[in-house]
Amino acid sequence: MTLLAVDDITVSYGRLTALRGVTLKIAEGEVLFVTGPNGAGKSTLLNAIAGVVPAGSGSITMDGAKVTGASPEDIARRGFSLVPEGRNVFGALSIEENLKVGTGMRADRHKIAGDLESVYAEFPMLADRRHTAAGMLSGGQQQMLVIGRALMTAPRIMAIDEPSLGLAPKIIDQVYEILVRLRAQRKLTLLIVEQSSTRAMMTGGRMILIRGGRIVLEGAAADMIEDERLKQAYFGFGDH
Amino acid sequence: MTAVLQIIFDALSLGSLYALGALGIALIFGVMRLVNFAHGDFIAFCVFAMLWPSIDATAVVFAGMLPFYLLIPLLLIIGAALSILSEIIVFRRFRNTNPATMMIASFALGFVIRHILLMFYSSRPKSITLWPSLGLPVDFLGAHIPMLQVVTIVITLVTLAVLVLFLKRTRYGLEMRAAAENFTMARMLGVRANGVILLAFAISGMLAAAIGLILATISGTADINMGANVMLIAFIATVIGGLGSVPGAVAGGFIIGAASVIFQATLPHDARVFRDAFVYGAVIVVLLVRPQGLFAPKSAKQRV
Repeated sequence: MTLLAVDDITVSYGRLTALRGVTLKIAEGEVLFVTGPNGAGKSTLLNAIAGVVPAGSGSITMDGAKVTGASPEDIARRGFSLVPEGRNVFGALSIEENLKVGTGMRADRHKIAGDLESVYAEFPMLADRRHTAAGMLSGGQQQMLVIGRALMTAPRIMAIDEPSLGLAPKIIDQVYEILVRLRAQRKLTLLIVEQSSTRAMMTGGRMILIRGGRIVLEGAAADMIEDERLKQAYFGFGDH
Repeated sequence: MTAVLQIIFDALSLGSLYALGALGIALIFGVMRLVNFAHGDFIAFCVFAMLWPSIDATAVVFAGMLPFYLLIPLLLIIGAALSILSEIIVFRRFRNTNPATMMIASFALGFVIRHILLMFYSSRPKSITLWPSLGLPVDFLGAHIPMLQVVTIVITLVTLAVLVLFLKRTRYGLEMRAAAENFTMARMLGVRANGVILLAFAISGMLAAAIGLILATISGTADINMGANVMLIAFIATVIGGLGSVPGAVAGGFIIGAASVIFQATLPHDARVFRDAFVYGAVIVVLLVRPQGLFAPKSAKQRV
């Protein structure tokens, strides 16, 4: 069943067009990787779905309901949780407070305490320091925290913008292990923007390649690494 | 010893007033990056709300006749309502504009409120007497402290305690702190932008009403410009404390209150007229040393 459908959306910042007619569908339980070079429009795509930047044309539907033009909070309340690039922890708030910000909108309030414990079980490092200000954490720890924070909203789709950005390879492996495990445990639908496509291959799932605001390639992640066109898209050889 | 005690109480009560004003400004600045210069006019509006419209010098007290347990909630509601209305009618339209535009809008709103008051009450200050018994001194370790000073300090401390509990222990307080730090991120976690902003305005309006009540009781007059002076100093207090920092605003208020009282008490007699010049001079020194304020939050600059 299609959980999220993006239909022919265009996004412009002033005279600069960041997305030109992007169409995609994500089914429940699926993993979709969005990859592409810098400035291709990957983050813009996530921000447009999240309602942070307005789509100039086209439509976005979540669970069959049209959400084009809805506010970020309404889209979050429909179960779309975005972990934006640069992590964005609330530095002055404690770890536990960070985890709780997104629970205010939940209707199943009796489940929150249990979810908090399971996030702590997943990230023991967060449990040990639950009353520490989040600004004191290292980059890798902050990445764990924002994933935990997104989980605490009990999302149906979790979107993550460049989870590996600025992290050591060992930490990146850890982040992906956790994502793969969470997906299996919770039947979470994942939408991951990642510049390094090799991580995507390891995780499996589907992959789209964006360049210049358009989808130029789409397929199973495992097949795409073999595709010469992926390299071409990155390095700009040939015509595109 | 008693003189020192007197100075301490003077400083604490004046500082309380500024701290309450600075809080009202800091809360709104936190969620909206708006410096609300109409705040002083909110204060005046709340005071005049106790009077019947008339242009006579002696005020016809209206709501002010109510017993305190009705008057105080009524004024808090008036303050909150005025503040919320100004958000809905005026500031909401400027939410995504730059801070300077919002600031000008707040000046304009203040102007409108002031002139509405002028129209109904004229510019003549009016004398009002609220709770005369509060003017009586109480003896405290040999010093004569006006009851009103004690009440002001107690009210401020209680207000601060309630506010801290609200911000630290409730869901809405948590959402407000998160929104103050990163508004867009908070919204992406389902925090309702309008809800948080209206709540900040409501609290700020109630703080304005509290200041209005205290000022009217201290001075015994209702004057259209009575909020402006407090507002100016409260604004300076928020800047000294670090714009956007709630504890900083409170600390800034108490620091300026203390500085004024201490300069008043210690400056040579001839220089006392220039007390405010000394206070503002000290402010300039502080800002030269720490332009970001004493307690600037790390997030003050970032605003997605």
